[in-house]
Amino acid sequence: MRAFVLATAAAAIALGAATTPAQAGATLDAVKARGEVVCGVNTSLYGFSYPDDKGVWRGLDVDTCRAVAAALFGNAQKARFVPLSAQARFTALQSGEIDMLPRNTTWTLTRDTANGLNFAPTTYYDGQGFLVAKKLGVKSAKELSGATVCVQTGTTTELNLADYFRANKLDLKPVTIEKYEEVTAAYLAGRCDALTSDISQLASIRANDTPNPADHVILPEVISKEPLAPAVRHGDDQWYDIVVWSIFATMQGEEFGLTSANVDQALNSSDPNIKRFLGVTPGLGAALGVDEKWAYNIIKQVGNYGEIFDRNVGKDSKLQMARGLNAEWTKGGLMYSPPFR
Amino acid sequence: MPTVRWYNNRRVRGVLYQIIVLGGVVALAAYLVDNTLHNLERRSIATGFDFLGREAGFGISETLIDYSPADTYFHALLVGLFNTLKVSIIGIVLATVLGTIAGIARLSRNWLVAQFATFYVETLRNIPVLLQLFFWYALITEALPVPREALNPLPGVFLSARGMRFPEPVWGATHVAMLVALIVGIVAAVILARWARRRQERTGQIFPTGASATALILGLPAIAYIAGGAPTALDMPELRGFNFTGGVVVTPEFAALLIGLVLYTGTFIAEIVRGGILAVSHGQTEAGLALGLSRGLVTRLIVLPQALRVIIPPLTSQYLNLTKNSSLAVAIGFPDLVSVANTAINQTGQAVEGVAIIMAVYLTISLSISAFMNWYNQRIALKGGR
Repeated sequence: MRAFVLATAAAAIALGAATTPAQAGATLDAVKARGEVVCGVNTSLYGFSYPDDKGVWRGLDVDTCRAVAAALFGNAQKARFVPLSAQARFTALQSGEIDMLPRNTTWTLTRDTANGLNFAPTTYYDGQGFLVAKKLGVKSAKELSGATVCVQTGTTTELNLADYFRANKLDLKPVTIEKYEEVTAAYLAGRCDALTSDISQLASIRANDTPNPADHVILPEVISKEPLAPAVRHGDDQWYDIVVWSIFATMQGEEFGLTSANVDQALNSSDPNIKRFLGVTPGLGAALGVDEKWAYNIIKQVGNYGEIFDRNVGKDSKLQMARGLNAEWTKGGLMYSPPFR
Repeated sequence: MPTVRWYNNRRVRGVLYQIIVLGGVVALAAYLVDNTLHNLERRSIATGFDFLGREAGFGISETLIDYSPADTYFHALLVGLFNTLKVSIIGIVLATVLGTIAGIARLSRNWLVAQFATFYVETLRNIPVLLQLFFWYALITEALPVPREALNPLPGVFLSARGMRFPEPVWGATHVAMLVALIVGIVAAVILARWARRRQERTGQIFPTGASATALILGLPAIAYIAGGAPTALDMPELRGFNFTGGVVVTPEFAALLIGLVLYTGTFIAEIVRGGILAVSHGQTEAGLALGLSRGLVTRLIVLPQALRVIIPPLTSQYLNLTKNSSLAVAIGFPDLVSVANTAINQTGQAVEGVAIIMAVYLTISLSISAFMNWYNQRIALKGGR
């Protein structure tokens, strides 16, 4: 008779467990319980996410993650980084290995829907281009027919490349490699005539990985729109809100002229907008479900969007990227935060 | 006979336990499937195999069958499968040849040859195969120049970082005739070998089967070639724009993968061959020689058949390993099945389906190799009662 009891019990466990949902809106609770935000970032991309010579993660994507940590815990250091290949990134997010994915990822319709992701606001407006050796004498991407092009697999880049060559009736020989470092190495070894990726990434490779940056040029054609945005899983709205508004806070901070240097003085500001933003007048933090000082902590510890940009990819970095589309909306760019009220 | 309660009956219990175990396994599988589907749905991740019919949209660098980005995911996966089969089949043949040579060389009485073979086996066997692939790939791409400065060791042969280009005969009617002649030659050789064996069993006369078979297999295509006017037209590689066009190409990715897999697997096969030969006791050879057989006949008729029985089962494992290791291709950019499927997974987000396809395909390939090798093993095994 014991066997029967056991069998019944086993069946009950299997059936019972099957009807229980695995998790529901649990990301925020899990992050709070853990005491740190786990972010999936690029394995090593100068300007966006890379460990510096002391092993500290730096870059624009890294700072996005730190902003969320500052909002949630009042401490930008409460963030852990998981380096991910382009292929592994969505699985890592879907499976719950990471809480958010600030990993120079292009926001597309399919990824937003079929991959089960939600995208936060774009943190870097990019486009796809080509890097070629100067001695090849190529002046335009239209001259690349028959060229061998190195590309990282699992990226929108791979699809845009095929589309662009098809649309312009050019003959394409792609070499697709999984890891970004290997793709770069193959290009530098002369396996390919051209390397294609987001222009910011090409600038990073040119400045950082080539023996002599002057030997390589980025072709003028920008063949795609690449809005790089952090992603979170579907179905966890409060967590999504916190990520979204942490990013908006960096933009709004720049619009207000708040920097990590002057934000302490701004606490005494008489401007009601700034008082509300910094939590001197409470309300916004409670609405978001975080500390009232959340935006203050972001600006104080991480900086406003302009500071983050300049430090990592702009004028204070090796990349020297112009603000371009990534300027504030008041200065002709696309960085625009909805009102903080 | 004392009455035994039904639940104490041995057979009833045996059946009962089996039902319970089976039920548990089925329940677990059902739970996993249900839970997976449930969670995928909750996170609004697409499910099902519909994506196979949609346009893939990405390029593949080398293809055995026609492919363009406008083709479907199914077609793209097929391209990947053929690439996997190509590298596996060529790899298995070459690794067997190399491993056999190295295995025999380790037993050689020539000190230098034996030491060289030992060095090869002990070094490459003990370095992870992925590192070896990176090494060969880096070596090929770094050492060879860009196409405009390609090495030209033989007329029509060009070596560059884009790969190795060879001239290719222009395909014509004569080549078709040669192919037909080759098939006819092989069939004739098999028939001849059967007839020769039966004649030897009947009359004891030995027919020079090896030499005649070689003559048939090589001679018939040669006759066809001469009869066809011995066409010499070659499709020569030619530098046009960025790269060479024409001729046959071996890409650095394929070359690095093949070299890496063959050298690595060859070491294991060498040890298996050496072990197999050593397993046949020396008395067998001596007995054969005492019967007046030549050394060649002793090897072919006495040592080899016994050694093969020891060699075949572990050799099967090595063939399976080589096939499965070919999935490391993704690291160096050879578009094998895993590489293509990974891209498909990434573009569609359907990881569960994609991984299921990869697993099913590898399982099918591996079971096929296994089945073939088991059949061969049974053929050469000692038959009971003889």
